Order: sequence, then C-alpha cells, then structure tokens
Amino acid sequence: MCGTCGCGPEVTTEATRRVALEIDLLAKNDDRAVANRRWLADNDVLAVNLMSSPGSGKTTLLERTIRDLGDHLSCAVLEGDQETLLDAERIGATGAPVVQINTGAGCHLDAEMVADGVRRLAPERGSVLFVENVGNLVCPALFDLGEAARVVIMSVTEGADKPLKYPHMFRTADLMLVNKVDLLPHVEFDVAHCVAHARRARPDVEVLEVSATRGDGLGAWYDWLRHRRITGAGRGRTFS
Amino acid sequence: MHELSITQSVVDAVTERMCDARIRRIRLEVGRCSGLVPDAVRFCFELVAAGTTCEGAALEIDEPPGRATCRACGDGFDTAEVLPLCGCGSADVAVEGGRELRIREVEVV
Ligand SMILES: Nc1nc2c(ncn2[C@@H]2O[C@H](COP(=O)(O)OP(=O)(O)OP(=O)(O)O)[C@@H](O)[C@H]2O)c(=O)[nH]1
Ligand SMILES: [Mg+2]
Ligand SMILES: [Zn+2]
Repeated sequence: MCGTCGCGPEVTTEATRRVALEIDLLAKNDDRAVANRRWLADNDVLAVNLMSSPGSGKTTLLERTIRDLGDHLSCAVLEGDQETLLDAERIGATGAPVVQINTGAGCHLDAEMVADGVRRLAPERGSVLFVENVGNLVCPALFDLGEAARVVIMSVTEGADKPLKYPHMFRTADLMLVNKVDLLPHVEFDVAHCVAHARRARPDVEVLEVSATRGDGLGAWYDWLRHRRITGAGRGRTFS
Repeated sequence: MHELSITQSVVDAVTERMCDARIRRIRLEVGRCSGLVPDAVRFCFELVAAGTTCEGAALEIDEPPGRATCRACGDGFDTAEVLPLCGCGSADVAVEGGRELRIREVEVV
C-alpha cells in the first residue's frame, strides 16, 4: 500500500530485522548444573555420575558397592533409564534409598532431571549419591549434571578401542573402571591398549581394573570413593 | 539422540527471547568437534519448531573446524576430530575451538 494515501496493492516484501543472540545451547543445562553442584556442596553430598554402554555393569557394581560399604558409607542412587523400574528395584533390594528417572525418548540425564531426582531422594549429609546415567557412550557426555566426579565403566567384552570411538565421553572422565576382568581369559582385550587410548582422551584419567561379580579390584574402587568423599563433595569441576 | 533435546533448547531459547516475533531464519554455530551432528539437528528442527513462532524458519548452521597444533613437530592444521593424529604420526596434538554450540542470530519479521 502507498504509505501516503493508502492506495494501490499491498506491499509483499516484508521488512525483516536481524537480532544477534549469542546464546550457548548448553547454557540452561549448565546453569542448572551449577545450582545442583552448589546444593550438593552445601549439603555435603558427593555426587558421582556413572556412565557406560548398556550392560557394562553399572547396576551390578552399585549393588555390590552398597552391600560392601553400606555400614560405613551412606549411599543413595538416582537411576536413569529410558524405561522400566528394574534397576531401581535391584538397588532398592540392597536397602539404599533410590529414585528412578525414566527419560522416555531421551537418551541421557540432564541437570534438570537430576535436580528433580535429588529433591525426591533428599540424600543425607555425608553421603555418596550415585547417578547411574542412561546406558549410552554418546549423549550423556555433553550434559553436566552438577556431579563432583565422572566415572566411565568399560567392560572387557566391548573392545579396547572404545575410548577412541567415543572421545567425548572419555575426555571428561575422572576414573575409568575396566569391568568384567574375570572374563579376560575368554576375550581378546588388551588392557594396556585400552588405557593408552583413554589417556589420549584424558591424559590424567585414573584407571582401575575390577570385576563387579567376582570382586577383583573393588578394594581400590572403595578407596577411591572414600578418598573422594573426604576431599571433594560437590566441589568438582564443571564438565561441558 | 541428544540432538533432539539440544534442538528443543534452540527453539525454547529463541521463542523465549523473541516473544511473539515470527522467526524467518536462525543461524547456529555447531563446531565440528562439538559432538553434535548438524544433519540430525536439521531433521529434529522441523519436528520441534512445528506450532511455534519458529515454524517454517530457515536453519543455517555454521560449522567451524577445530584448530590443531602438534606438540611433536609444531605443525598446525584444521580438524573435525576430537583426538586428531598429526601427519607426522604423533597423537600429542592440542585442539582449540571447534566445540562451539551457539545460537548466533535470528532474523524476525
Ligand atoms: N562376568 C561378569 N559379568 C558382569 C560383571 N558385571 C556385570 N556383569 C553382568 O553384565 C550384565 C549387565 O549388568 P548390569 O549391571 O545390568 O549393567 P548396566 O550397565 O547397569 O546396564 P544398563 O543399566 O542396562 O545400561 C549382567 O548380566 C551382569 O551380571 C562382571 O564383573 N563380570
Ligand atoms: Mg543398569
Ligand atoms: Zn606432528
């Protein structure tokens, strides 16, 4: 339309304007993670984010850990799975407080889900809060939950090249547990190679070889937990 | 697929920041070493944008590479790998950048 008198056809080219935003895509998650980390520190709860492929032994390790340490160390668990209450039921059978978070279509836990889980779980002062992430070596890596430490579990049946194939996951790991070492006689798995690959992703990653079922190496895992419990509840670095 | 939730956060952030303005174009920066697959973001975008002010908007994705510097031979090169190998065979390579995950700008009516 003519701007002066309103005659003529409507003008079809619409005026657009550009707006610079510069918004970090993980900012919302990271802000929530910062709030979680602060709450965990204020309440003296050590949060450990456990990540692995499906079936590497996260729940088995937690069941055993809680049964072995239960009298000396208070443990609580947030269980992340796409579906079912199965893992929460396994943890519940040990007597430890547990909350299941079902992510549905989601393939990872995020800081908001953990905030909600922590509210429901209300872990006690001086405890260790284990967060069992969704079994997946890709997606959980990008999402800081507010945890103090990240533990990646690899089992010897998965192949020693995993740290190279999933570098995002391994580059933020504080500890790599090589699980199912009881099966080493039956599979081709070069532990030294696996460790070397992991150290390419994170040069100072700690490594422990364990068997969650037979018990190998668990003493060192418990020492690691006790040490972290003493030195760093909730004070950890950020991860994204 | 973490691209779904990241793409959701794009649409959430844009609609929140731009109120009712109709969005014509969104420009993202997804670094080549970020762990996000741009094609998956494009795929998710249509789904997530439907019924919002972002529906029908063009999605442009810049993909800056990482800049690698070999600590063994001093060579520098662009990379899309998180753990690149240098041509000299060394794996002792520092990578800077390439991990950007950002909404740069939008075009609105
Ligand atoms: N031989 C052997 N089997 C193990 C060990 N740890 C776990 N498993 C077995 O591996 C299978 C998967 O263990 P889970 O603890 O359910 O694995 P998960 O990582 O919690 O699996 P998701 O939650 O589904 O990702 C079970 O059959 C366990 O008994 C181990 O150290 N040695
Ligand atoms: Mg499990
Ligand atoms: Zn070189």
